[in-house]
Amino acid sequence: MDINFVIEKFALVTILFSISLVIAMYSTYAERKVAAFLQDRLGPDRAGPFGILQPLADGLKMFMKEEIIPSNASKWLFMVGPGLAMLCACIGTAVIPWGQDLNINGRVVPLQVTDINVGVLYLFGVVSLGVYGVMIGGWASNNKYSLLSAIRAASQNISYEVAMGLSIIALLLMTNTLSLKEIVAQQHGWHWNVIYQPLGFIIFMVCSFAETNRAPFDLPECETELIGGYHTEYSSMKLGFYLFAEYINMFVSSAVMATLYFGGYNYPWMDTVAGHVSPNVAALIGTVVLFAKIFAFIFFFMWVRWTIPRFRYDQLMNLGWKALIPLAIANIIITGIVIAVVNKF
Amino acid sequence: MESLSNKKKVLEQKPLNLAERMYLPAIVKGLGTTMSHFFKKSSTIRYPEQVREFSINWRGMHSLKRDEEGRERCTACGLCALSCPAEAITMIAAERKPEEKALYREEKYAAVYEINMLRCIFCGLCEEACPKEAIYLDGPIVPSDYLRKDFIYGKDKLVEAPLEAK
Repeated sequence: MDINFVIEKFALVTILFSISLVIAMYSTYAERKVAAFLQDRLGPDRAGPFGILQPLADGLKMFMKEEIIPSNASKWLFMVGPGLAMLCACIGTAVIPWGQDLNINGRVVPLQVTDINVGVLYLFGVVSLGVYGVMIGGWASNNKYSLLSAIRAASQNISYEVAMGLSIIALLLMTNTLSLKEIVAQQHGWHWNVIYQPLGFIIFMVCSFAETNRAPFDLPECETELIGGYHTEYSSMKLGFYLFAEYINMFVSSAVMATLYFGGYNYPWMDTVAGHVSPNVAALIGTVVLFAKIFAFIFFFMWVRWTIPRFRYDQLMNLGWKALIPLAIANIIITGIVIAVVNKF
Repeated sequence: MESLSNKKKVLEQKPLNLAERMYLPAIVKGLGTTMSHFFKKSSTIRYPEQVREFSINWRGMHSLKRDEEGRERCTACGLCALSCPAEAITMIAAERKPEEKALYREEKYAAVYEINMLRCIFCGLCEEACPKEAIYLDGPIVPSDYLRKDFIYGKDKLVEAPLEAK
Protein backbone atom coordinates (compact mmCIF):
# COMPACT_ATOMS: atom_id res chain seq x y z
CA MET A 1 0.00 0.00 0.00
CA ASP A 2 1.54 3.25 -0.95
CA ILE A 3 1.95 6.04 1.56
CA ASN A 4 0.08 8.60 -0.52
CA PHE A 5 -3.02 6.46 -0.37
CA VAL A 6 -2.87 6.38 3.42
CA ILE A 7 -2.30 10.13 3.66
CA GLU A 8 -5.11 10.84 1.23
CA LYS A 9 -7.64 8.65 3.03
CA PHE A 10 -6.54 9.89 6.43
CA ALA A 11 -6.97 13.49 5.30
CA LEU A 12 -10.38 12.74 3.84
CA VAL A 13 -11.54 10.97 6.99
CA THR A 14 -10.30 13.81 9.18
CA ILE A 15 -11.99 16.43 7.03
CA LEU A 16 -15.26 14.51 6.90
CA PHE A 17 -15.20 13.91 10.63
CA SER A 18 -14.64 17.58 11.40
CA ILE A 19 -17.23 18.67 8.85
CA SER A 20 -19.77 16.32 10.43
CA LEU A 21 -19.02 17.68 13.88
CA VAL A 22 -19.09 21.32 12.82
CA ILE A 23 -22.32 20.83 10.91
CA ALA A 24 -23.86 19.04 13.88
CA MET A 25 -22.69 21.88 16.13
CA TYR A 26 -24.16 24.53 13.93
CA SER A 27 -27.31 22.48 13.39
CA THR A 28 -28.13 23.08 17.03
CA TYR A 29 -27.73 26.79 16.41
CA ALA A 30 -29.65 26.63 13.13
CA GLU A 31 -32.42 24.68 14.80
CA ARG A 32 -32.90 27.38 17.40
CA LYS A 33 -32.72 30.13 14.82
CA VAL A 34 -35.16 28.40 12.46
CA ALA A 35 -37.52 27.69 15.33
CA ALA A 36 -37.33 31.32 16.35
CA PHE A 37 -37.97 32.67 12.88
CA LEU A 38 -40.88 30.32 12.34
CA GLN A 39 -42.38 31.59 15.59
CA ASP A 40 -41.76 35.29 14.95
CA ARG A 41 -38.88 35.44 17.43
CA LEU A 42 -35.17 36.23 17.11
CA GLY A 43 -33.46 33.21 18.61
CA PRO A 44 -30.07 33.23 20.31
CA ASP A 45 -28.26 36.48 19.49
CA ARG A 46 -26.13 37.25 22.55
CA ALA A 47 -22.99 35.12 22.10
CA GLY A 48 -21.04 36.81 19.34
CA PRO A 49 -22.55 38.57 16.32
CA PHE A 50 -25.99 37.06 15.56
CA GLY A 51 -25.22 34.53 18.30
CA ILE A 52 -22.87 32.48 16.13
CA LEU A 53 -20.76 31.54 19.15
CA GLN A 54 -23.79 30.01 20.84
CA PRO A 55 -22.82 26.38 19.99
CA LEU A 56 -19.40 26.95 21.62
CA ALA A 57 -21.06 28.32 24.71
CA ASP A 58 -23.43 25.35 24.79
CA GLY A 59 -20.55 22.94 24.35
CA LEU A 60 -18.60 24.59 27.14
CA LYS A 61 -21.66 24.38 29.37
CA MET A 62 -21.99 20.66 28.62
CA PHE A 63 -18.35 20.06 29.50
CA MET A 64 -18.57 21.99 32.77
CA LYS A 65 -21.68 20.23 34.03
CA GLU A 66 -21.43 17.70 36.81
CA GLU A 67 -21.28 14.13 35.61
CA ILE A 68 -23.88 11.98 37.31
CA ILE A 69 -24.07 8.21 36.99
CA PRO A 70 -27.05 6.73 38.83
CA SER A 71 -25.89 4.38 41.58
CA ASN A 72 -27.95 1.45 40.28
CA ALA A 73 -27.06 1.98 36.67
CA SER A 74 -25.01 -0.54 34.77
CA LYS A 75 -21.93 1.62 34.73
CA TRP A 76 -20.03 0.18 31.82
CA LEU A 77 -23.04 0.06 29.49
CA PHE A 78 -24.07 3.48 30.70
CA MET A 79 -20.80 4.81 29.35
CA VAL A 80 -20.86 2.72 26.17
CA GLY A 81 -24.31 3.97 25.13
CA PRO A 82 -23.48 7.55 24.10
CA GLY A 83 -20.20 6.46 22.56
CA LEU A 84 -21.96 3.89 20.41
CA ALA A 85 -24.58 6.40 19.34
CA MET A 86 -21.87 8.83 18.33
CA LEU A 87 -19.78 6.18 16.55
CA CYS A 88 -22.69 4.87 14.50
CA ALA A 89 -23.68 8.40 13.57
CA CYS A 90 -20.17 9.27 12.37
CA ILE A 91 -19.28 6.22 10.27
CA GLY A 92 -22.23 6.65 7.92
CA THR A 93 -20.44 9.37 5.95
CA ALA A 94 -17.74 6.94 4.78
CA VAL A 95 -19.53 5.61 1.69
CA ILE A 96 -21.11 8.82 0.46
CA PRO A 97 -19.44 10.20 -2.68
CA TRP A 98 -18.79 13.86 -1.90
CA GLY A 99 -17.75 14.85 -5.40
CA GLN A 100 -16.17 13.78 -8.63
CA ASP A 101 -12.60 12.54 -8.57
CA LEU A 102 -9.95 15.18 -8.07
CA ASN A 103 -6.71 15.12 -10.04
CA ILE A 104 -3.77 16.22 -7.88
CA ASN A 105 -0.36 16.08 -9.60
CA GLY A 106 -1.51 13.30 -11.88
CA ARG A 107 -2.94 11.29 -9.01
CA VAL A 108 -6.67 10.49 -9.04
CA VAL A 109 -8.14 11.25 -5.63
CA PRO A 110 -11.73 10.10 -5.18
CA LEU A 111 -13.78 12.27 -2.82
CA GLN A 112 -15.17 9.22 -1.13
CA VAL A 113 -13.58 7.38 1.74
CA THR A 114 -14.43 3.99 0.33
CA ASP A 115 -16.47 2.86 -2.64
CA ILE A 116 -17.70 -0.50 -1.42
CA ASN A 117 -19.96 -2.30 -3.87
CA VAL A 118 -22.64 -2.80 -1.20
CA GLY A 119 -22.67 0.86 -0.11
CA VAL A 120 -26.45 0.98 0.31
CA LEU A 121 -26.42 -2.11 2.51
CA TYR A 122 -23.57 -0.65 4.56
CA LEU A 123 -25.63 2.48 5.17
CA PHE A 124 -28.60 0.41 6.26
CA GLY A 125 -26.39 -1.57 8.59
CA VAL A 126 -25.03 1.58 10.18
CA VAL A 127 -28.48 3.08 10.56
CA SER A 128 -29.75 -0.10 12.25
CA LEU A 129 -26.77 -0.10 14.60
CA GLY A 130 -27.60 3.48 15.58
CA VAL A 131 -30.53 2.32 17.67
CA TYR A 132 -28.20 0.26 19.88
CA GLY A 133 -26.77 3.41 21.39
CA VAL A 134 -30.25 4.50 22.37
CA MET A 135 -31.27 1.05 23.59
CA ILE A 136 -28.17 0.43 25.65
CA GLY A 137 -28.33 3.91 27.16
CA GLY A 138 -32.01 3.54 28.01
CA TRP A 139 -31.56 0.09 29.49
CA ALA A 140 -28.41 0.87 31.46
CA SER A 141 -29.97 3.92 33.11
CA ASN A 142 -32.13 1.68 35.34
CA ASN A 143 -35.02 4.07 34.91
CA LYS A 144 -38.54 3.12 33.83
CA TYR A 145 -38.95 6.08 31.55
CA SER A 146 -35.61 5.56 29.88
CA LEU A 147 -36.43 1.91 29.33
CA LEU A 148 -39.85 2.69 27.86
CA SER A 149 -38.24 5.22 25.60
CA ALA A 150 -35.56 2.75 24.50
CA ILE A 151 -38.25 0.19 23.68
CA ARG A 152 -40.13 2.79 21.70
CA ALA A 153 -37.01 3.78 19.82
CA ALA A 154 -36.22 0.17 19.01
CA SER A 155 -39.67 -0.75 17.81
CA GLN A 156 -40.01 2.47 15.83
CA ASN A 157 -36.67 2.01 14.11
CA ILE A 158 -37.32 -1.64 13.29
CA SER A 159 -40.78 -0.86 11.90
CA TYR A 160 -39.62 1.96 9.70
CA GLU A 161 -36.50 0.18 8.55
CA VAL A 162 -38.73 -2.35 6.78
CA ALA A 163 -40.53 0.35 4.81
CA MET A 164 -37.23 2.12 4.17
CA GLY A 165 -35.62 -1.02 2.84
CA LEU A 166 -38.59 -1.77 0.61
CA SER A 167 -38.68 1.77 -0.76
CA ILE A 168 -35.02 1.52 -1.72
CA ILE A 169 -35.55 -1.76 -3.58
CA ALA A 170 -37.60 0.03 -6.25
CA LEU A 171 -34.67 2.40 -6.68
CA LEU A 172 -32.19 -0.47 -6.92
CA LEU A 173 -34.34 -2.10 -9.61
CA MET A 174 -33.65 1.00 -11.69
CA THR A 175 -29.99 1.51 -10.88
CA ASN A 176 -28.90 -2.16 -10.95
CA THR A 177 -26.14 -1.43 -8.48
CA LEU A 178 -25.61 -1.04 -4.74
CA SER A 179 -22.58 1.19 -5.07
CA LEU A 180 -23.39 4.74 -4.14
CA LYS A 181 -20.73 6.09 -6.48
CA GLU A 182 -22.40 4.49 -9.47
CA ILE A 183 -25.89 5.46 -8.34
CA VAL A 184 -24.77 9.08 -8.26
CA ALA A 185 -22.92 8.82 -11.58
CA GLN A 186 -26.12 7.55 -13.20
CA GLN A 187 -27.98 10.70 -12.16
CA HIS A 188 -25.83 12.95 -14.33
CA GLY A 189 -27.28 16.41 -14.95
CA TRP A 190 -31.02 16.43 -14.55
CA HIS A 191 -31.65 12.67 -14.36
CA TRP A 192 -32.29 12.67 -10.66
CA ASN A 193 -33.93 9.58 -9.23
CA VAL A 194 -36.62 11.61 -7.50
CA ILE A 195 -38.17 12.30 -10.92
CA TYR A 196 -38.57 8.58 -11.57
CA GLN A 197 -39.29 7.54 -8.00
CA PRO A 198 -41.39 10.27 -6.33
CA LEU A 199 -43.39 7.82 -4.21
CA GLY A 200 -40.26 5.94 -3.24
CA PHE A 201 -38.64 9.21 -2.22
CA ILE A 202 -41.57 10.25 -0.04
CA ILE A 203 -41.57 6.88 1.71
CA PHE A 204 -37.81 7.02 2.15
CA MET A 205 -37.98 10.55 3.54
CA VAL A 206 -40.75 9.75 6.03
CA CYS A 207 -38.73 6.74 7.17
CA SER A 208 -35.61 8.90 7.52
CA PHE A 209 -37.55 11.18 9.83
CA ALA A 210 -38.51 8.15 11.90
CA GLU A 211 -35.00 6.67 11.87
CA THR A 212 -33.41 9.88 13.08
CA ASN A 213 -36.06 10.24 15.81
CA ARG A 214 -37.00 13.66 14.50
CA ALA A 215 -40.40 15.26 14.90
CA PRO A 216 -43.10 14.20 14.11
CA PHE A 217 -41.62 10.82 15.03
CA ASP A 218 -39.69 11.90 18.13
CA LEU A 219 -41.57 9.54 20.41
CA PRO A 220 -38.44 8.21 22.13
CA GLU A 221 -37.82 11.62 23.64
CA CYS A 222 -41.23 13.15 24.14
CA GLU A 223 -40.94 15.20 27.28
CA THR A 224 -44.62 15.15 28.18
CA GLU A 225 -44.80 11.39 28.38
CA LEU A 226 -41.30 10.18 29.15
CA ILE A 227 -39.62 13.09 30.96
CA GLY A 228 -36.50 13.29 28.78
CA GLY A 229 -36.67 9.96 27.01
CA TYR A 230 -33.76 7.56 26.87
CA HIS A 231 -31.34 10.25 28.05
CA THR A 232 -33.28 11.18 31.20
CA GLU A 233 -30.47 10.01 33.47
CA TYR A 234 -27.65 11.39 31.37
CA SER A 235 -25.81 14.58 32.16
CA SER A 236 -22.74 16.48 31.12
CA MET A 237 -21.04 15.52 27.86
CA LYS A 238 -22.69 12.08 27.74
CA LEU A 239 -25.97 13.86 27.21
CA GLY A 240 -24.15 16.11 24.79
CA PHE A 241 -23.05 13.06 22.81
CA TYR A 242 -26.62 11.83 22.48
CA LEU A 243 -27.89 15.18 21.32
CA PHE A 244 -24.91 15.53 19.01
CA ALA A 245 -25.43 12.07 17.53
CA GLU A 246 -28.98 13.03 16.71
CA TYR A 247 -27.80 16.01 14.69
CA ILE A 248 -25.08 14.03 12.95
CA ASN A 249 -27.71 11.45 12.04
CA MET A 250 -29.77 14.22 10.56
CA PHE A 251 -26.78 15.37 8.52
CA VAL A 252 -26.04 11.84 7.33
CA SER A 253 -29.61 11.07 6.35
CA SER A 254 -29.81 14.41 4.51
CA ALA A 255 -26.66 13.41 2.67
CA VAL A 256 -28.10 9.98 1.86
CA MET A 257 -31.34 11.46 0.54
CA ALA A 258 -29.43 13.97 -1.56
CA THR A 259 -27.19 11.20 -2.88
CA LEU A 260 -29.82 8.58 -3.63
CA TYR A 261 -32.66 10.74 -4.91
CA PHE A 262 -31.43 14.23 -5.64
CA GLY A 263 -28.41 13.50 -7.78
CA GLY A 264 -25.65 13.96 -5.20
CA TYR A 265 -23.07 16.31 -6.67
CA ASN A 266 -24.89 16.51 -10.04
CA TYR A 267 -26.65 19.65 -11.08
CA PRO A 268 -28.29 20.83 -14.30
CA TRP A 269 -25.98 22.19 -17.02
CA MET A 270 -22.98 20.80 -15.17
CA ASP A 271 -21.37 19.90 -18.50
CA THR A 272 -21.57 23.52 -19.64
CA VAL A 273 -19.97 24.64 -16.39
CA ALA A 274 -17.33 21.93 -16.63
CA GLY A 275 -16.41 23.15 -20.11
CA HIS A 276 -15.41 26.55 -18.72
CA VAL A 277 -13.39 25.64 -15.65
CA SER A 278 -10.66 23.14 -14.82
CA PRO A 279 -11.83 19.61 -13.86
CA ASN A 280 -10.81 20.03 -10.23
CA VAL A 281 -12.81 23.23 -9.84
CA ALA A 282 -15.79 21.57 -11.54
CA ALA A 283 -15.58 18.70 -9.05
CA LEU A 284 -15.45 21.12 -6.13
CA ILE A 285 -18.46 23.03 -7.48
CA GLY A 286 -20.25 19.68 -7.45
CA THR A 287 -19.29 19.22 -3.80
CA VAL A 288 -20.65 22.65 -2.96
CA VAL A 289 -23.89 21.77 -4.75
CA LEU A 290 -24.14 18.56 -2.74
CA PHE A 291 -23.71 20.50 0.49
CA ALA A 292 -26.34 22.99 -0.62
CA LYS A 293 -28.75 20.08 -1.11
CA ILE A 294 -27.81 18.69 2.31
CA PHE A 295 -28.41 22.04 3.98
CA ALA A 296 -31.75 22.33 2.22
CA PHE A 297 -32.72 18.93 3.64
CA ILE A 298 -31.52 19.87 7.11
CA PHE A 299 -33.62 23.00 6.89
CA PHE A 300 -36.56 20.88 5.79
CA PHE A 301 -36.06 18.61 8.81
CA MET A 302 -36.24 21.65 11.08
CA TRP A 303 -39.12 23.21 9.21
CA VAL A 304 -41.16 20.02 9.65
CA ARG A 305 -40.21 19.80 13.31
CA TRP A 306 -41.74 23.18 14.05
CA THR A 307 -44.84 22.53 11.97
CA ILE A 308 -46.20 19.07 12.71
CA PRO A 309 -47.19 17.80 16.15
CA ARG A 310 -45.96 14.44 17.36
CA PHE A 311 -47.72 11.26 16.24
CA ARG A 312 -49.50 9.12 18.75
CA TYR A 313 -47.87 5.73 19.20
CA ASP A 314 -50.67 3.76 17.50
CA GLN A 315 -50.75 6.27 14.65
CA LEU A 316 -47.03 5.79 14.24
CA MET A 317 -47.38 2.03 14.00
CA ASN A 318 -50.41 2.27 11.70
CA LEU A 319 -48.55 4.59 9.39
CA GLY A 320 -45.48 2.39 9.32
CA TRP A 321 -47.05 -1.03 8.91
CA LYS A 322 -50.40 -0.34 7.25
CA ALA A 323 -49.55 2.57 4.99
CA LEU A 324 -45.86 2.84 4.16
CA ILE A 325 -45.07 -0.86 3.73
CA PRO A 326 -48.00 -1.62 1.35
CA LEU A 327 -47.18 1.56 -0.57
CA ALA A 328 -43.54 0.58 -0.83
CA ILE A 329 -44.47 -2.90 -2.08
CA ALA A 330 -46.87 -1.41 -4.63
CA ASN A 331 -44.06 0.89 -5.71
CA ILE A 332 -41.76 -2.07 -6.27
CA ILE A 333 -44.37 -3.89 -8.36
CA ILE A 334 -45.15 -0.83 -10.51
CA THR A 335 -41.46 -0.09 -11.01
CA GLY A 336 -40.82 -3.71 -11.95
CA ILE A 337 -43.64 -3.72 -14.51
CA VAL A 338 -42.57 -0.41 -16.02
CA ILE A 339 -38.94 -1.55 -16.31
CA ALA A 340 -40.03 -4.85 -17.91
CA VAL A 341 -42.27 -3.01 -20.40
CA VAL A 342 -39.60 -0.44 -21.24
CA ASN A 343 -36.99 -3.17 -21.80
CA LYS A 344 -39.39 -5.14 -24.00
CA PHE A 345 -40.10 -2.29 -26.45
CA MET B 1 -82.07 19.73 26.28
CA GLU B 2 -82.88 22.76 24.22
CA SER B 3 -80.16 25.28 23.86
CA LEU B 4 -81.07 28.65 25.32
CA SER B 5 -78.04 30.54 24.18
CA ASN B 6 -78.44 29.44 20.57
CA LYS B 7 -74.69 28.89 20.48
CA LYS B 8 -74.83 25.11 20.64
CA LYS B 9 -73.13 23.45 17.72
CA VAL B 10 -73.40 19.74 17.10
CA LEU B 11 -70.19 18.39 15.65
CA GLU B 12 -70.28 15.38 13.41
CA GLN B 13 -67.56 12.78 13.82
CA LYS B 14 -66.91 11.45 10.36
CA PRO B 15 -64.20 8.94 9.51
CA LEU B 16 -61.28 10.57 7.73
CA ASN B 17 -61.44 10.63 3.96
CA LEU B 18 -58.54 9.52 1.80
CA ALA B 19 -56.88 12.94 1.58
CA GLU B 20 -57.05 13.34 5.34
CA ARG B 21 -55.72 9.85 5.94
CA MET B 22 -52.75 10.58 3.69
CA TYR B 23 -51.77 13.47 6.01
CA LEU B 24 -49.84 15.05 3.15
CA PRO B 25 -52.29 17.82 2.10
CA ALA B 26 -52.62 18.95 5.70
CA ILE B 27 -48.86 18.77 6.20
CA VAL B 28 -48.20 20.87 3.10
CA LYS B 29 -50.75 23.41 4.28
CA GLY B 30 -49.10 23.51 7.70
CA LEU B 31 -45.65 23.93 6.17
CA GLY B 32 -47.02 26.87 4.19
CA THR B 33 -48.36 28.45 7.35
CA THR B 34 -45.06 28.17 9.21
CA MET B 35 -43.11 29.39 6.19
CA SER B 36 -45.29 32.50 6.00
CA HIS B 37 -44.20 33.25 9.55
CA PHE B 38 -40.54 32.83 8.59
CA PHE B 39 -40.65 36.15 6.73
CA LYS B 40 -42.74 38.04 9.25
CA LYS B 41 -41.15 40.64 11.42
CA SER B 42 -40.24 39.32 14.82
CA SER B 43 -42.05 40.91 17.71
CA THR B 44 -39.10 40.58 20.08
CA ILE B 45 -37.91 43.62 22.01
CA ARG B 46 -34.24 43.18 22.90
CA TYR B 47 -34.77 44.27 26.45
CA PRO B 48 -31.66 45.82 27.92
CA GLU B 49 -30.97 47.79 24.73
CA GLN B 50 -34.54 48.44 23.69
CA VAL B 51 -37.23 49.28 26.19
CA ARG B 52 -40.86 48.77 25.43
CA GLU B 53 -42.89 51.96 25.55
CA PHE B 54 -45.36 52.17 28.39
CA SER B 55 -49.01 52.80 27.63
CA ILE B 56 -50.28 56.29 28.42
CA ASN B 57 -52.20 55.14 31.47
CA TRP B 58 -49.25 53.18 32.85
CA ARG B 59 -48.86 53.47 36.62
CA GLY B 60 -45.29 53.14 37.77
CA MET B 61 -43.23 54.58 40.61
CA HIS B 62 -44.67 57.55 42.43
CA SER B 63 -43.22 61.01 42.18
CA LEU B 64 -43.96 63.98 44.43
CA LYS B 65 -44.40 67.01 42.22
CA ARG B 66 -43.19 70.57 42.49
CA ASP B 67 -45.08 73.61 41.28
CA GLU B 68 -43.92 76.00 38.57
CA GLU B 69 -41.67 77.82 41.04
CA GLY B 70 -40.02 74.61 42.20
CA ARG B 71 -41.80 74.38 45.53
CA GLU B 72 -43.10 71.07 46.83
CA ARG B 73 -46.83 70.82 46.28
CA CYS B 74 -47.55 68.31 49.05
CA THR B 75 -49.23 69.75 52.15
CA ALA B 76 -49.27 66.53 54.12
CA CYS B 77 -53.04 66.44 54.31
CA GLY B 78 -52.94 62.67 54.53
CA LEU B 79 -55.69 61.99 52.01
CA CYS B 80 -53.41 59.76 49.99
CA ALA B 81 -52.55 57.71 53.05
CA LEU B 82 -56.24 57.50 53.89
CA SER B 83 -57.27 56.42 50.41
CA CYS B 84 -54.50 53.87 50.11
CA PRO B 85 -56.11 50.38 50.22
CA ALA B 86 -52.76 48.75 50.91
CA GLU B 87 -51.73 51.13 53.72
CA ALA B 88 -48.47 51.78 51.98
CA ILE B 89 -48.18 55.53 52.62
CA THR B 90 -47.13 57.19 55.86
CA MET B 91 -46.09 60.77 56.53
CA ILE B 92 -45.19 63.21 59.24
CA ALA B 93 -46.37 66.78 58.78
CA ALA B 94 -44.43 69.88 59.80
CA GLU B 95 -45.01 73.63 59.81
CA ARG B 96 -43.18 75.77 57.29
CA LYS B 97 -40.77 78.36 58.70
CA PRO B 98 -40.66 81.83 57.11
CA GLU B 99 -37.26 81.21 55.52
CA GLU B 100 -38.53 78.05 53.84
CA LYS B 101 -41.04 79.86 51.65
CA ALA B 102 -39.17 78.95 48.51
CA LEU B 103 -39.18 75.28 49.39
CA TYR B 104 -42.79 74.53 50.25
CA ARG B 105 -45.91 75.92 48.65
CA GLU B 106 -48.13 76.10 51.73
CA GLU B 107 -47.69 76.53 55.44
CA LYS B 108 -47.82 72.81 56.13
CA TYR B 109 -45.58 70.29 54.44
CA ALA B 110 -44.51 66.66 54.72
CA ALA B 111 -41.31 66.40 56.70
CA VAL B 112 -41.26 62.65 56.16
CA TYR B 113 -43.11 60.97 53.37
CA GLU B 114 -42.67 57.23 52.92
CA ILE B 115 -44.18 54.70 50.55
CA ASN B 116 -43.61 51.03 51.11
CA MET B 117 -43.18 49.72 47.58
CA LEU B 118 -43.73 46.14 48.74
CA ARG B 119 -47.19 47.07 50.01
CA CYS B 120 -48.12 49.35 47.16
CA ILE B 121 -50.43 47.79 44.56
CA PHE B 122 -50.13 50.66 42.10
CA CYS B 123 -53.87 51.23 42.00
CA GLY B 124 -53.50 54.97 41.60
CA LEU B 125 -56.01 55.92 44.31
CA CYS B 126 -53.48 58.24 45.99
CA GLU B 127 -53.15 60.10 42.71
CA GLU B 128 -56.95 60.47 42.54
CA ALA B 129 -57.29 61.48 46.16
CA CYS B 130 -54.66 64.23 46.12
CA PRO B 131 -56.30 67.68 46.09
CA LYS B 132 -52.99 69.44 45.37
CA GLU B 133 -51.91 67.42 42.31
CA ALA B 134 -48.81 66.56 44.27
CA ILE B 135 -48.46 62.82 43.63
CA TYR B 136 -48.45 61.00 40.32
CA LEU B 137 -47.59 57.43 39.44
CA ASP B 138 -45.69 58.45 36.34
CA GLY B 139 -42.30 56.88 37.03
CA PRO B 140 -40.58 53.75 35.76
CA ILE B 141 -40.88 50.22 37.11
CA VAL B 142 -39.80 50.06 40.73
CA PRO B 143 -36.39 48.35 40.72
CA SER B 144 -35.71 45.18 42.64
CA ASP B 145 -33.58 45.10 45.77
CA TYR B 146 -32.23 42.72 48.37
CA LEU B 147 -33.60 43.99 51.69
CA ARG B 148 -37.14 44.75 52.71
CA LYS B 149 -36.09 48.02 54.34
CA ASP B 150 -34.74 49.26 51.03
CA PHE B 151 -38.22 49.15 49.55
CA ILE B 152 -39.46 51.89 51.83
CA TYR B 153 -38.97 54.92 49.63
CA GLY B 154 -38.56 58.25 51.36
CA LYS B 155 -38.64 61.78 50.02
CA ASP B 156 -35.09 61.41 48.69
CA LYS B 157 -36.36 59.00 46.06
CA LEU B 158 -39.88 60.29 45.57
CA VAL B 159 -39.62 64.06 45.23
CA GLU B 160 -39.05 65.39 41.75
CA ALA B 161 -35.68 66.93 41.00
CA PRO B 162 -35.52 70.71 41.64
CA LEU B 163 -36.20 72.97 38.67
CA GLU B 164 -32.63 74.07 37.95
CA ALA B 165 -31.36 70.51 37.98
CA LYS B 166 -33.80 69.54 35.30
